Amino acid sequence: MVQFTLPKNSKITTGKTWPKPEGATNIRKFQIYRWNPDDGKNPRVDTYFVDMDSCGPMVLDALIKIKNEIDPTLTFRRSCREGICGSCAMNIDGINTLACIYGMDEIKGDVKIYPLPHMPVVKDLVPDLTHFYAQHASIMPWLETKTNRPAKEWRQSIEDRKKLDGLYECVMCASCSTSCPSYWWNGDRYLGPAALLHAYRWLIDSRDEATGERLDELEDPFKLYRCHTIMNCAKTCPKGLNPAKAIASIKKMMVERMV
Amino acid sequence: MADVNRGNRPLSPHLQIYRPQLTAITSILTRITGNALIVGALLVVWWFIAAAKGPEYFALANGVITSWFGDLVLLGSVWALWYHALAGIRHLIWDTGRGLEIGTAEKLGWAVIIGSFALTALTVVVL
Repeated sequence: MVQFTLPKNSKITTGKTWPKPEGATNIRKFQIYRWNPDDGKNPRVDTYFVDMDSCGPMVLDALIKIKNEIDPTLTFRRSCREGICGSCAMNIDGINTLACIYGMDEIKGDVKIYPLPHMPVVKDLVPDLTHFYAQHASIMPWLETKTNRPAKEWRQSIEDRKKLDGLYECVMCASCSTSCPSYWWNGDRYLGPAALLHAYRWLIDSRDEATGERLDELEDPFKLYRCHTIMNCAKTCPKGLNPAKAIASIKKMMVERMV
Repeated sequence: MADVNRGNRPLSPHLQIYRPQLTAITSILTRITGNALIVGALLVVWWFIAAAKGPEYFALANGVITSWFGDLVLLGSVWALWYHALAGIRHLIWDTGRGLEIGTAEKLGWAVIIGSFALTALTVVVL
Protein backbone atom coordinates (compact mmCIF):
# COMPACT_ATOMS: atom_id res chain seq x y z
CA MET A 1 0.00 0.00 0.00
CA VAL A 2 1.22 3.48 -0.80
CA GLN A 3 2.34 5.38 2.26
CA PHE A 4 4.59 8.32 1.53
CA THR A 5 5.53 9.10 5.12
CA LEU A 6 7.38 6.89 7.58
CA PRO A 7 5.52 5.14 10.43
CA LYS A 8 5.79 6.79 13.83
CA ASN A 9 8.46 4.38 15.14
CA SER A 10 10.56 4.95 12.01
CA LYS A 11 10.80 8.76 12.00
CA ILE A 12 14.43 9.78 12.00
CA THR A 13 15.88 12.03 14.69
CA THR A 14 19.19 13.86 14.86
CA GLY A 15 21.81 11.71 16.54
CA LYS A 16 25.21 12.14 18.05
CA THR A 17 28.04 14.12 16.46
CA TRP A 18 31.25 12.23 17.07
CA PRO A 19 34.50 14.15 17.65
CA LYS A 20 36.80 15.00 14.76
CA PRO A 21 40.05 13.02 14.49
CA GLU A 22 42.90 14.99 16.02
CA GLY A 23 45.60 16.41 13.76
CA ALA A 24 43.80 15.45 10.55
CA THR A 25 43.78 17.98 7.73
CA ASN A 26 41.73 16.14 5.11
CA ILE A 27 38.44 15.44 6.88
CA ARG A 28 35.23 14.17 5.35
CA LYS A 29 31.82 14.28 7.02
CA PHE A 30 29.67 11.12 7.15
CA GLN A 31 26.00 11.01 8.09
CA ILE A 32 24.93 7.51 8.94
CA TYR A 33 21.56 6.00 9.87
CA ARG A 34 21.57 4.29 13.26
CA TRP A 35 18.96 2.21 15.01
CA ASN A 36 19.54 0.14 18.10
CA PRO A 37 16.87 -2.51 18.79
CA ASP A 38 17.75 -2.48 22.50
CA ASP A 39 17.34 1.18 23.50
CA GLY A 40 13.68 1.60 22.54
CA LYS A 41 14.36 4.88 20.72
CA ASN A 42 13.60 6.00 17.16
CA PRO A 43 16.24 5.76 14.43
CA ARG A 44 18.74 8.62 14.32
CA VAL A 45 21.42 9.96 12.00
CA ASP A 46 24.89 10.16 13.55
CA THR A 47 27.64 12.41 12.23
CA TYR A 48 31.20 11.13 11.94
CA PHE A 49 34.39 12.75 10.70
CA VAL A 50 36.93 10.58 8.90
CA ASP A 51 40.56 11.40 8.14
CA MET A 52 40.69 10.73 4.39
CA ASP A 53 44.51 10.74 4.33
CA SER A 54 44.54 7.44 6.20
CA CYS A 55 41.44 5.90 4.62
CA GLY A 56 40.93 3.64 1.61
CA PRO A 57 39.02 4.92 -1.44
CA MET A 58 35.74 3.04 -1.09
CA VAL A 59 32.76 3.81 1.14
CA LEU A 60 33.23 0.44 2.85
CA ASP A 61 36.80 1.45 3.78
CA ALA A 62 35.40 4.47 5.61
CA LEU A 63 32.72 2.41 7.37
CA ILE A 64 35.32 -0.08 8.59
CA LYS A 65 37.56 2.79 9.69
CA ILE A 66 34.70 4.33 11.67
CA LYS A 67 33.94 0.98 13.29
CA ASN A 68 37.60 0.36 14.13
CA GLU A 69 38.62 3.81 15.30
CA ILE A 70 35.55 5.84 16.30
CA ASP A 71 32.45 3.79 17.10
CA PRO A 72 32.63 -0.02 17.42
CA THR A 73 28.83 -0.25 17.76
CA LEU A 74 28.22 0.77 14.12
CA THR A 75 26.66 -2.30 12.49
CA PHE A 76 26.69 -3.27 8.81
CA ARG A 77 27.07 -6.39 6.66
CA ARG A 78 30.20 -6.88 4.59
CA SER A 79 32.28 -9.77 3.40
CA CYS A 80 34.13 -10.00 0.08
CA ARG A 81 35.01 -6.29 -0.38
CA GLU A 82 35.04 -6.77 -4.17
CA GLY A 83 31.40 -6.64 -5.28
CA ILE A 84 30.75 -10.36 -5.57
CA CYS A 85 29.00 -11.29 -2.31
CA GLY A 86 26.37 -8.55 -2.28
CA SER A 87 26.45 -8.17 1.51
CA CYS A 88 27.25 -4.47 1.82
CA ALA A 89 24.33 -3.18 -0.26
CA MET A 90 23.04 0.08 1.22
CA ASN A 91 21.74 3.49 0.21
CA ILE A 92 24.72 5.75 -0.39
CA ASP A 93 24.32 9.35 -1.57
CA GLY A 94 20.69 8.66 -2.46
CA ILE A 95 21.11 5.53 -4.55
CA ASN A 96 21.43 1.85 -3.69
CA THR A 97 24.82 0.31 -4.29
CA LEU A 98 27.56 -1.85 -2.80
CA ALA A 99 29.69 0.09 -0.33
CA CYS A 100 32.78 -1.93 -1.29
CA ILE A 101 32.82 -0.88 -4.95
CA TYR A 102 31.44 2.65 -4.63
CA GLY A 103 34.27 5.16 -4.59
CA MET A 104 34.00 8.18 -2.32
CA ASP A 105 35.35 10.33 -5.17
CA GLU A 106 31.97 9.75 -6.88
CA ILE A 107 30.17 11.60 -4.06
CA LYS A 108 29.87 15.37 -3.84
CA GLY A 109 29.72 16.85 -0.36
CA ASP A 110 28.92 14.87 2.79
CA VAL A 111 28.54 11.11 2.55
CA LYS A 112 25.00 10.09 3.55
CA ILE A 113 24.42 6.42 4.26
CA TYR A 114 21.09 4.69 4.97
CA PRO A 115 19.99 1.07 4.95
CA LEU A 116 18.31 -0.28 1.78
CA PRO A 117 15.03 1.68 1.47
CA HIS A 118 11.60 0.58 2.69
CA MET A 119 12.79 -2.50 4.57
CA PRO A 120 12.44 -3.53 8.22
CA VAL A 121 15.69 -2.63 9.97
CA VAL A 122 17.42 -5.26 12.12
CA LYS A 123 20.09 -2.82 13.34
CA ASP A 124 21.78 0.28 11.85
CA LEU A 125 22.52 -0.51 8.19
CA VAL A 126 21.30 -4.11 8.34
CA PRO A 127 17.87 -4.68 6.75
CA ASP A 128 15.75 -7.82 7.15
CA LEU A 129 15.87 -9.62 3.78
CA THR A 130 13.80 -12.68 4.78
CA HIS A 131 10.88 -11.83 2.51
CA PHE A 132 13.21 -10.87 -0.36
CA TYR A 133 14.92 -14.28 -0.20
CA ALA A 134 11.58 -16.07 0.06
CA GLN A 135 10.45 -14.35 -3.14
CA HIS A 136 13.63 -15.47 -4.87
CA ALA A 137 13.01 -19.06 -3.73
CA SER A 138 9.44 -18.85 -5.05
CA ILE A 139 10.53 -18.49 -8.70
CA MET A 140 12.28 -21.92 -8.59
CA PRO A 141 15.85 -20.67 -9.10
CA TRP A 142 17.13 -24.00 -10.40
CA LEU A 143 17.11 -26.08 -13.58
CA GLU A 144 13.80 -27.95 -13.95
CA THR A 145 13.89 -30.89 -16.35
CA LYS A 146 11.47 -33.62 -17.38
CA THR A 147 13.46 -35.67 -19.87
CA ASN A 148 15.85 -38.35 -18.68
CA ARG A 149 19.12 -37.22 -17.29
CA PRO A 150 21.93 -37.21 -19.87
CA ALA A 151 24.96 -39.43 -19.26
CA LYS A 152 27.11 -36.37 -18.63
CA GLU A 153 26.09 -32.71 -18.26
CA TRP A 154 23.14 -30.88 -19.84
CA ARG A 155 24.61 -29.48 -23.04
CA GLN A 156 24.00 -25.93 -24.25
CA SER A 157 25.12 -24.20 -27.44
CA ILE A 158 27.35 -21.14 -27.26
CA GLU A 159 24.47 -18.99 -28.59
CA ASP A 160 22.06 -20.28 -25.96
CA ARG A 161 24.63 -19.78 -23.23
CA LYS A 162 25.03 -16.16 -24.37
CA LYS A 163 21.38 -15.50 -23.53
CA LEU A 164 22.28 -15.85 -19.86
CA ASP A 165 24.83 -13.04 -19.98
CA GLY A 166 23.58 -9.98 -18.12
CA LEU A 167 21.43 -12.24 -15.92
CA TYR A 168 23.64 -14.82 -14.22
CA GLU A 169 25.90 -12.08 -12.80
CA CYS A 170 23.25 -10.99 -10.25
CA VAL A 171 24.55 -11.33 -6.69
CA MET A 172 21.17 -10.86 -4.98
CA CYS A 173 22.24 -7.74 -3.10
CA ALA A 174 18.65 -6.38 -3.19
CA SER A 175 19.73 -2.92 -4.41
CA CYS A 176 17.31 -3.04 -7.35
CA SER A 177 14.24 -4.32 -5.55
CA THR A 178 14.62 -1.81 -2.73
CA SER A 179 15.06 1.06 -5.22
CA CYS A 180 11.71 0.29 -6.86
CA PRO A 181 8.72 2.43 -5.77
CA SER A 182 6.41 -0.34 -6.94
CA TYR A 183 8.23 -2.76 -4.64
CA TRP A 184 8.02 -0.21 -1.82
CA TRP A 185 4.24 -0.02 -2.08
CA ASN A 186 3.42 -3.59 -3.10
CA GLY A 187 6.46 -5.63 -2.07
CA ASP A 188 4.29 -8.10 -0.21
CA ARG A 189 2.83 -9.38 -3.49
CA TYR A 190 4.99 -7.91 -6.28
CA LEU A 191 8.11 -10.06 -6.74
CA GLY A 192 10.36 -7.10 -7.50
CA PRO A 193 13.17 -6.68 -10.05
CA ALA A 194 15.71 -9.11 -8.51
CA ALA A 195 13.39 -12.12 -8.26
CA LEU A 196 11.97 -11.39 -11.73
CA LEU A 197 15.43 -11.09 -13.29
CA HIS A 198 16.17 -14.53 -11.84
CA ALA A 199 12.83 -15.82 -13.11
CA TYR A 200 13.81 -14.70 -16.61
CA ARG A 201 17.27 -16.22 -16.25
CA TRP A 202 15.58 -19.67 -15.94
CA LEU A 203 12.82 -18.92 -18.48
CA ILE A 204 15.31 -18.44 -21.30
CA ASP A 205 17.69 -21.19 -20.26
CA SER A 206 17.63 -23.58 -23.26
CA ARG A 207 18.04 -26.57 -20.92
CA ASP A 208 15.05 -25.74 -18.72
CA GLU A 209 11.84 -27.68 -19.40
CA ALA A 210 9.39 -25.88 -17.13
CA THR A 211 8.92 -22.67 -19.13
CA GLY A 212 5.13 -23.04 -19.21
CA GLU A 213 4.81 -23.66 -15.50
CA ARG A 214 7.14 -20.77 -14.75
CA LEU A 215 5.02 -18.41 -16.86
CA ASP A 216 1.79 -19.73 -15.28
CA GLU A 217 3.26 -18.95 -11.88
CA LEU A 218 4.02 -15.34 -12.94
CA GLU A 219 0.69 -14.70 -14.69
CA ASP A 220 -0.66 -12.56 -11.87
CA PRO A 221 -1.66 -8.90 -11.56
CA PHE A 222 0.84 -8.39 -8.76
CA LYS A 223 3.77 -10.83 -9.05
CA LEU A 224 4.85 -9.57 -12.49
CA TYR A 225 2.61 -6.75 -13.65
CA ARG A 226 3.32 -4.25 -10.86
CA CYS A 227 6.40 -3.36 -12.91
CA HIS A 228 5.60 0.02 -14.49
CA THR A 229 9.03 0.45 -16.09
CA ILE A 230 10.14 3.06 -13.58
CA MET A 231 13.68 1.77 -14.20
CA ASN A 232 15.22 2.71 -10.84
CA CYS A 233 16.34 -0.94 -10.74
CA ALA A 234 18.50 -0.79 -13.86
CA LYS A 235 19.82 2.64 -12.95
CA THR A 236 20.98 1.55 -9.50
CA CYS A 237 22.26 -2.01 -10.12
CA PRO A 238 25.87 -2.06 -8.86
CA LYS A 239 26.64 -4.87 -11.32
CA GLY A 240 25.31 -2.89 -14.30
CA LEU A 241 22.51 -5.38 -15.02
CA ASN A 242 19.09 -4.43 -16.39
CA PRO A 243 16.19 -6.05 -14.49
CA ALA A 244 13.69 -3.74 -16.24
CA LYS A 245 14.66 -5.25 -19.57
CA ALA A 246 14.41 -8.78 -18.18
CA ILE A 247 10.91 -8.03 -16.86
CA ALA A 248 9.87 -6.56 -20.24
CA SER A 249 11.13 -9.79 -21.84
CA ILE A 250 8.93 -11.87 -19.50
CA LYS A 251 5.92 -9.69 -20.39
CA LYS A 252 6.73 -10.30 -24.06
CA MET A 253 6.90 -14.06 -23.48
CA MET A 254 3.47 -13.87 -21.84
CA VAL A 255 2.01 -12.22 -24.97
CA GLU A 256 3.89 -14.48 -27.38
CA ARG A 257 2.47 -17.65 -25.88
CA MET A 258 -1.08 -16.24 -26.17
CA VAL A 259 -0.93 -15.41 -29.89
CA MET B 1 7.82 -5.12 4.19
CA ALA B 2 5.39 -4.89 7.00
CA ASP B 3 4.66 -8.64 6.99
CA VAL B 4 8.07 -9.66 8.28
CA ASN B 5 8.42 -6.96 10.88
CA ARG B 6 9.45 -8.90 13.92
CA GLY B 7 9.43 -6.88 17.11
CA ASN B 8 9.23 -3.15 16.65
CA ARG B 9 11.60 -2.86 13.71
CA PRO B 10 11.48 0.54 12.01
CA LEU B 11 10.91 0.88 8.28
CA SER B 12 13.99 2.28 6.57
CA PRO B 13 13.46 5.64 4.81
CA HIS B 14 12.56 5.48 1.12
CA LEU B 15 11.09 8.49 -0.75
CA GLN B 16 12.63 10.75 1.89
CA ILE B 17 16.20 9.80 0.95
CA TYR B 18 16.14 8.31 -2.57
CA ARG B 19 17.70 10.60 -5.18
CA PRO B 20 15.06 11.45 -7.84
CA GLN B 21 15.71 9.62 -11.11
CA LEU B 22 14.66 10.95 -14.52
CA THR B 23 12.92 7.71 -15.50
CA ALA B 24 11.06 7.63 -12.18
CA ILE B 25 9.92 11.26 -12.51
CA THR B 26 8.69 10.75 -16.07
CA SER B 27 6.92 7.60 -14.88
CA ILE B 28 5.01 9.23 -12.02
CA LEU B 29 4.18 12.22 -14.27
CA THR B 30 2.48 9.78 -16.65
CA ARG B 31 0.18 8.72 -13.84
CA ILE B 32 -0.36 12.27 -12.55
CA THR B 33 -1.21 13.65 -16.01
CA GLY B 34 -3.52 10.68 -16.60
CA ASN B 35 -5.48 11.40 -13.44
CA ALA B 36 -5.46 15.18 -14.02
CA LEU B 37 -6.93 14.59 -17.47
CA ILE B 38 -9.96 12.90 -15.89
CA VAL B 39 -10.62 16.18 -14.05
CA GLY B 40 -10.01 18.15 -17.26
CA ALA B 41 -12.43 15.90 -19.16
CA LEU B 42 -15.10 16.35 -16.48
CA LEU B 43 -14.71 20.11 -16.86
CA VAL B 44 -15.34 19.91 -20.60
CA VAL B 45 -18.33 17.60 -20.02
CA TRP B 46 -19.71 20.13 -17.53
CA TRP B 47 -19.32 22.81 -20.24
CA PHE B 48 -21.33 20.70 -22.73
CA ILE B 49 -24.03 19.88 -20.19
CA ALA B 50 -24.32 23.57 -19.37
CA ALA B 51 -24.80 24.32 -23.08
CA ALA B 52 -27.63 21.77 -23.20
CA LYS B 53 -29.27 23.16 -20.08
CA GLY B 54 -29.87 26.66 -21.28
CA PRO B 55 -28.30 30.03 -22.01
CA GLU B 56 -28.14 31.24 -18.40
CA TYR B 57 -26.36 28.19 -17.05
CA PHE B 58 -24.08 28.14 -20.12
CA ALA B 59 -23.12 31.75 -19.45
CA LEU B 60 -21.98 30.73 -15.98
CA ALA B 61 -20.01 27.67 -17.13
CA ASN B 62 -18.59 29.50 -20.12
CA GLY B 63 -17.57 32.36 -17.83
CA VAL B 64 -15.62 29.99 -15.59
CA ILE B 65 -13.96 28.13 -18.45
CA THR B 66 -12.96 31.25 -20.40
CA SER B 67 -11.71 33.09 -17.31
CA TRP B 68 -7.94 33.38 -16.78
CA PHE B 69 -8.15 30.50 -14.33
CA GLY B 70 -10.11 28.37 -16.79
CA ASP B 71 -7.56 29.18 -19.47
CA LEU B 72 -4.78 28.10 -17.15
CA VAL B 73 -6.50 24.79 -16.37
CA LEU B 74 -7.14 24.12 -20.05
CA LEU B 75 -3.57 25.03 -20.97
CA GLY B 76 -2.40 22.60 -18.29
CA SER B 77 -4.76 19.99 -19.71
CA VAL B 78 -3.33 20.45 -23.20
CA TRP B 79 0.17 19.89 -21.83
CA ALA B 80 -1.02 16.90 -19.80
CA LEU B 81 -2.66 15.44 -22.89
CA TRP B 82 0.52 15.75 -24.95
CA TYR B 83 2.68 14.46 -22.14
CA HIS B 84 0.44 11.49 -21.50
CA ALA B 85 0.20 10.66 -25.21
CA LEU B 86 3.98 10.81 -25.69
CA ALA B 87 4.60 8.79 -22.53
CA GLY B 88 2.09 6.27 -23.86
CA ILE B 89 4.07 5.98 -27.08
CA ARG B 90 7.20 5.44 -25.00
CA HIS B 91 5.43 2.61 -23.19
CA LEU B 92 4.45 1.07 -26.55
CA ILE B 93 8.12 1.14 -27.60
CA TRP B 94 9.10 -0.48 -24.30
CA ASP B 95 6.43 -3.15 -24.73
CA THR B 96 8.24 -4.34 -27.85
CA GLY B 97 11.34 -4.85 -25.71
CA ARG B 98 13.17 -1.89 -27.25
CA GLY B 99 14.54 1.30 -25.70
CA LEU B 100 15.15 -0.24 -22.29
CA GLU B 101 18.86 0.51 -22.00
CA ILE B 102 19.40 3.23 -19.39
CA GLY B 103 20.80 5.75 -21.89
CA THR B 104 18.01 5.22 -24.42
CA ALA B 105 15.29 5.23 -21.77
CA GLU B 106 16.58 8.55 -20.43
CA LYS B 107 16.77 10.04 -23.93
CA LEU B 108 13.17 8.95 -24.50
CA GLY B 109 12.32 10.57 -21.16
CA TRP B 110 13.78 13.90 -22.25
CA ALA B 111 12.03 13.52 -25.61
CA VAL B 112 8.70 13.14 -23.80
CA ILE B 113 9.33 16.19 -21.58
CA ILE B 114 10.64 18.50 -24.31
CA GLY B 115 8.18 17.15 -26.86
CA SER B 116 5.21 17.77 -24.57
CA PHE B 117 6.15 21.42 -24.07
CA ALA B 118 6.95 21.96 -27.76
CA LEU B 119 3.65 20.43 -28.88
CA THR B 120 1.75 22.45 -26.26
CA ALA B 121 3.31 25.65 -27.61
CA LEU B 122 2.47 24.55 -31.15
CA THR B 123 -1.12 23.81 -30.14
CA VAL B 124 -1.48 27.28 -28.61
CA VAL B 125 -0.01 28.94 -31.70
CA VAL B 126 -2.17 26.96 -34.14
CA LEU B 127 -5.43 27.36 -32.20
